[in-house]
Amino acid sequence: MSDDLSAMYQELILDHSRRRVGQRTLEAADASHHELNPTCGDEITLQVTAGAATGAVGELAWHGNGCSISMASASILAELAADRPGTDLRPLIDEFRTMMHSRGRGEPDDSALGDAVVFHGTSKYVMRVKCAMLAWVALEKCLDALPAGPAATADA
Amino acid sequence: MAPMTLSDTTVALTDAEVAAIRSDFPALDARVNGHPLAYLDSGATAQRPLAVLDRERAFLLESNAAVHRGAHTLAGDATEAFEDARHTVAQFIGAGDDEVVWTANATDALNLVAHAFTAANRPGAVPDERLALRPGDEIVVTEAEHHANLIPWQQVAAATGATLRFVPVDDDGVWTMVDAAAVLTPRTRIIAVAHVSNVTGYTAPVAQLVAAAKELGAITVLDACQSAPHRPLDLGALGVDFAAFSSHKMLGPTGIGVLYGRQPLLDALPPFRTGGSMISTVTMESAEFLPAPQRFEAGTQPVSQAVALAEAVRYLDRVGLDRIEAREHELTTRMVDGLTGMPGIRLVGPRVGEQRTGIAAFDVAGVHAHDVGQLLDARGIAVRVGHHCAQPLHRRLGLTATTRASLYLYSTTDEVDRMLDAVSGVRAYFGAR
Ligand SMILES: Cc1ncc(COP(=O)(O)O)c(C=O)c1O
Repeated sequence: MSDDLSAMYQELILDHSRRRVGQRTLEAADASHHELNPTCGDEITLQVTAGAATGAVGELAWHGNGCSISMASASILAELAADRPGTDLRPLIDEFRTMMHSRGRGEPDDSALGDAVVFHGTSKYVMRVKCAMLAWVALEKCLDALPAGPAATADA
Repeated sequence: MAPMTLSDTTVALTDAEVAAIRSDFPALDARVNGHPLAYLDSGATAQRPLAVLDRERAFLLESNAAVHRGAHTLAGDATEAFEDARHTVAQFIGAGDDEVVWTANATDALNLVAHAFTAANRPGAVPDERLALRPGDEIVVTEAEHHANLIPWQQVAAATGATLRFVPVDDDGVWTMVDAAAVLTPRTRIIAVAHVSNVTGYTAPVAQLVAAAKELGAITVLDACQSAPHRPLDLGALGVDFAAFSSHKMLGPTGIGVLYGRQPLLDALPPFRTGGSMISTVTMESAEFLPAPQRFEAGTQPVSQAVALAEAVRYLDRVGLDRIEAREHELTTRMVDGLTGMPGIRLVGPRVGEQRTGIAAFDVAGVHAHDVGQLLDARGIAVRVGHHCAQPLHRRLGLTATTRASLYLYSTTDEVDRMLDAVSGVRAYFGAR
């Protein structure tokens, strides 16, 4: 199999696409967003509860249907969010988006991105960038919908 | 008469002939990801032979001008070439020259017919019984339609108060005349179906459907996108009222398609687009429209595209559509047999041995179609993944997306075998259980 293909379908991705960390339903979510890729029908519904700071989440859960890239990306995102309680996730989303638009160029910052750096190989395939972004866009929409966090409220 | 089954005397194109044909298609010599390209996506769009590219270029270099406007020499040459092209295409489908309307593509052609029904039933429109749609009248499509032959009819139903009904398909995505008969009623006014499904490759029983429609006084609309490029077609003999197809799926350029309409019905349709080139007399208050087909060809026309499409049709005629059909039938059988025997593969569409035209869409258990397509692409094999503009069909089959391989006259046994070999390794690669 070609090297590009194995650079894309790394073991970590294939593993996450099967394990699907965070695939469940929250009973009481503060924000929820359904994101659909109309070209292939992949879909993800992502839910969060508000976190202790602006841009942070308490719990993150998702469920959906789609290719291994979209499912693994949601799974890795859920794992990263769980590892970073109280942290503003927007810079992480921005960093991920920048990497996904890099067309495989440059070296991604793995201290910022954690396991999400495995999608660097996917960024070469323009047709698959949307798959990898699906859960992240849904999280961004959820963060937009959350009431401003305690930090923001204190400022106001 | 369009043969629904192959005659015994038809000889399929041989491997040697296909090799010669391939030399007319330099695009097929590409290397993709380190492998020779195996182009199995002709159902989406076909590659084009040099003769078609050369003809378009020659026209543009020698005779380019706007048609049906102006009187200089080039304008005359271009108009003649444009109308000659119409004649060539009309002959190809068993139609009269005044039954062929140039459109942008098949989608545009289907919209033209559908919109005409909406326009003909507007309050204040001149009543024409043939085009009347009243609340409670029924438009019938099938559950397997391409969105291009579904959504325009949804729009017509919404605008006129007619009811949109559909012929349901079975678990393989197939419907029969029995299923259709159960949906047709005396209120059926329009029956619009794909001649060949772009997902299942299933061939509709058009002759029987036309007979049923005639009995009910209903109008038939045939989406011939996947049939016109692949088999001899005689629309006049088939007896449908309207048909639509796209040039780019039959070796011609993009940007041009065809609406066939049986005269005098075509002439009864109100125009879809209005403006220049479709009128006789215009005052500040009103306009008189030209007869069909010109009345539907508003604005500057895709002239070089029409000329090139005619060249594509001549190319297909030279090779022989009956021989193309026979060849594709052999390769389809190989493809279907190969996929049917494979563990974890669910092929949609007619069963082995039943009529199927050049198309094989399938699901790989535990692996998303996008991932299947990616693995094939890494080996230079181009297939289509997704819902193929047929979401309701996929929903009915319990699938969101499938992988589709589709053939044409230049397809080879080797390409089919490479596809089968790659597909057989997909589940192991992704660790599907
Ligand atoms: C069965 C069928 N109908 C309609 C269409 C629409 O054709 P086009 O996109 O060229 O208008 C296609 C192809 O995409 C098709 O396969």
